[in-house]
Amino acid sequence: MNFSTGTSRRRFLAGSAAAVGGFSLGFHIPAGDAAAQTPARPEINAWVVIRPDETVVIRVARIDMGQGTVTGLAQLVAEELECDWAKVTTEYPTPGQNLARNRVWGNFQTAGSQGIRQSQDYVRKGGAAARMMLIEAAAQSWKVPASECRVAAGVITHTPSGRSTTYGKVADAAAKLDPPKDIVLKDPKSWTIAGRPLPRLDTADKVDGRKVFGIDLVLPGMVNAAIKACPVFGGKLRGFDPASVAGRSGVKKVVAVGDNAVAVIADTWWHAQSALDALRIDWDEGPNARSSSATTAAMLREGLTAKEVFVGNQAGDPDAALAAAAKTVEATYSVPHQHHATMEPMNATARWSGGLDKVEVWCPTQNGESALATAAAASGLPPQQCEVYRIDLGGGFGRRATSHDYVRQAVLIAKEMPGVPVKLIWSREEDMLHGWYHPVTMCKLTGGLDAQGNLTALKMRISGQSILAGVNPNALQNGRDPITFQGLNPSGTEGRLGYAIPNLLIDHAMRNPPVPPGFWRGVNNNQNAVYLECFIDELAHAAGQDPLAFRRRMLGGSPKHLAVLDAVAERAGWSKPAPAGTFRGIAQHMGYGSYVAACAEISMTSSGQVKIHRIIAATDCGHVVNPQQVAAQIEGSFAYGLSAMLMQEITIKDGRVEQENFDTYPCLLLQDMPAVESIIMPSGDFWGGVGEPTIFVAAPAVLNAIFAATGKRIRDLPLKNHDLRKA
Amino acid sequence: MRLTVNGRTHDLNVDPDTPLLWVIREQIGLTGTKYGCGVAQCGACSVHVDGEVVRSCSLPVSAFGPDQKIVTIEGLSAGAVHPIQQAWIALDVPQCGYCQSGQIMAAAALLAKTPKPNDEQIAEAMQNICRCGTYNRIKAGIKQAAGIAG
Repeated sequence: MNFSTGTSRRRFLAGSAAAVGGFSLGFHIPAGDAAAQTPARPEINAWVVIRPDETVVIRVARIDMGQGTVTGLAQLVAEELECDWAKVTTEYPTPGQNLARNRVWGNFQTAGSQGIRQSQDYVRKGGAAARMMLIEAAAQSWKVPASECRVAAGVITHTPSGRSTTYGKVADAAAKLDPPKDIVLKDPKSWTIAGRPLPRLDTADKVDGRKVFGIDLVLPGMVNAAIKACPVFGGKLRGFDPASVAGRSGVKKVVAVGDNAVAVIADTWWHAQSALDALRIDWDEGPNARSSSATTAAMLREGLTAKEVFVGNQAGDPDAALAAAAKTVEATYSVPHQHHATMEPMNATARWSGGLDKVEVWCPTQNGESALATAAAASGLPPQQCEVYRIDLGGGFGRRATSHDYVRQAVLIAKEMPGVPVKLIWSREEDMLHGWYHPVTMCKLTGGLDAQGNLTALKMRISGQSILAGVNPNALQNGRDPITFQGLNPSGTEGRLGYAIPNLLIDHAMRNPPVPPGFWRGVNNNQNAVYLECFIDELAHAAGQDPLAFRRRMLGGSPKHLAVLDAVAERAGWSKPAPAGTFRGIAQHMGYGSYVAACAEISMTSSGQVKIHRIIAATDCGHVVNPQQVAAQIEGSFAYGLSAMLMQEITIKDGRVEQENFDTYPCLLLQDMPAVESIIMPSGDFWGGVGEPTIFVAAPAVLNAIFAATGKRIRDLPLKNHDLRKA
Repeated sequence: MRLTVNGRTHDLNVDPDTPLLWVIREQIGLTGTKYGCGVAQCGACSVHVDGEVVRSCSLPVSAFGPDQKIVTIEGLSAGAVHPIQQAWIALDVPQCGYCQSGQIMAAAALLAKTPKPNDEQIAEAMQNICRCGTYNRIKAGIKQAAGIAG
């Protein structure tokens, strides 16, 4: 953009702020005050508060973004607490409270499918300890041994005398007791609250408009802000022309935000956004202005044969084994950048105190402690002078886990109006242009088969983007990004390669294009499962073997991998031919501690469209806390994974994202959603994740079915770029 | 400017080109109707206008008159007793819940016109995006509310 330098227009350098207009709010919206945290008493321990009216308040450190974690964690606490489930309610402690209490609630991060599995032990102990203290308080009041008392649904009974009391009556006394030292947790086999398909605690508010998301928050005296950051990654704000929006309705200020963005503050968000759309902005597009998807692809292709790489898994001598193979197969695959596209765009509300010595933030976040750290860094205040009130998310999928750019911006903007709460909402376009995208990668695979069709050697070269290099370079291990190899690891409980392949080399040529990478539901498992499971399918066909049988022969040492694969094959009736016109594909993978497999059944229309009829999905997640919510996560993971596989890609032109809204970044709709049959088969000796794992096998199962149907091997996603009509 | 929303009359002083969505959310203060895309692609902003589903993000408030009955999720029923809302609760349809106001308004409008919709009619009427992927429970919820087996 080129501004005239005449006196009628003033150019403002980045860092300056201009007041344009001074309207006060002409209307009042009742304060929702969703985030108000009223201290509840008496607190038995950090996890449990019992009110005199018998209400059981269970504190939840992780957050709900639809995955049901709050209900599940409450079930685990309530199970050990032996309270009346009908009286359970939940609340979120704040990150500031956690900081002030020496992190009594532990980790707040809700990502990596770890909300339940990585906190189940200490939250169950919290529930059990509270139960023991409540019983002890009753026993002391009766001057009897606690061992003579039992509890059911929050009613404590002294068995010999028949006397009884309730949690609400003894809670004050229990809260004064020392916590017990020896806590024995229940055997999950005896669970009565956990493990059951209980209804979610938070559904009613989601059917009548009552639920307050971050975008809905209204605080007294609040103003609204809209923002534009330089659309070119790495670009800066050179200046803007406040005269271009002077006199517009409701506009209060136009402010630079950091060195790369400009925001309009107005009475309403609509006024802010429409003024922002009219604002003349001068960007310094910086060094990436000529980057594109083509330059990225060239960079990645070079990596496919690069010499300097990071090794993820190796065994034997794959080069020698390939040279000796009776048959070799080679293929190159690619998966593009993808966007989270949460239904609720990024937003945060911030308020500085009048004296600029305290900042409060209300925001949807998958990690309140990270949001608090961002608020502290942005404000320059110590974390003790900041607070974050967490609000349930209108979708997370990883976008709101590590990158709190929207919180940083809200804090910077609100500093321009001390004492006034400022709600920043990103437009959908801003949200699309400034994501933290699923990393872009390519993969070259080479496999060797012996004369009997055994896979004797596999080389797998991943070339592409490292998430950690983009979001947390300190976590790299001598430059290596260990999470690149999710699901391909030689050992471990998080994501182990199940196949026994005697000669193996899996390595990574890190190539980082100037597009911010992020954690996206399933993360690197997604493309790793596409690469490996589709190529294994190619190898099976090259060996003239059934894809299931070919896999089974290599999974003898991985019984849990094998069990989920067998389960979907059996349910699908794999041993019998598919119904006429219907074709099947199969895939398995392990990630986030769980073992998953899927069988997809598809048909092709005469115009070359894929119709996915049925997905059979199996998961062994170790333990199941709420089976109907696990089923919901399995279904949802397929909707998310199949959207990406079928139709979604983020492309870059002139250094910026080309897809600005759902018209160019479509999502799977109800009409395309296959029936999903879940096989939930917890084997009971570990705790695996649920929110993500089944997404890994969504794309490869369907892609393998497409090959079965068409003979065409789709190696570059998404599918929409391919013509599957019969030649 | 005068609008009738959920049976109440509102006298408003707004720019005529303001989308109905933002009048509902920011002037009238009903935040159950959501912003998702601003270009009538996702359906999170769905409301009823004289019984028809309207994507309120893409129509200016000036397109509506005081005689038109605008109904938002908050006005669909008193106490969430609409059969769609009851089915949504019974089946735990929502995940994050953000799109569900729009989904429920679309589903309620479908049943008002087509009390026993078949699968094709459900698919045609339900063009709202849900990123959590609640589609199969949405479909089951519509059938339950309509009293259709399976």
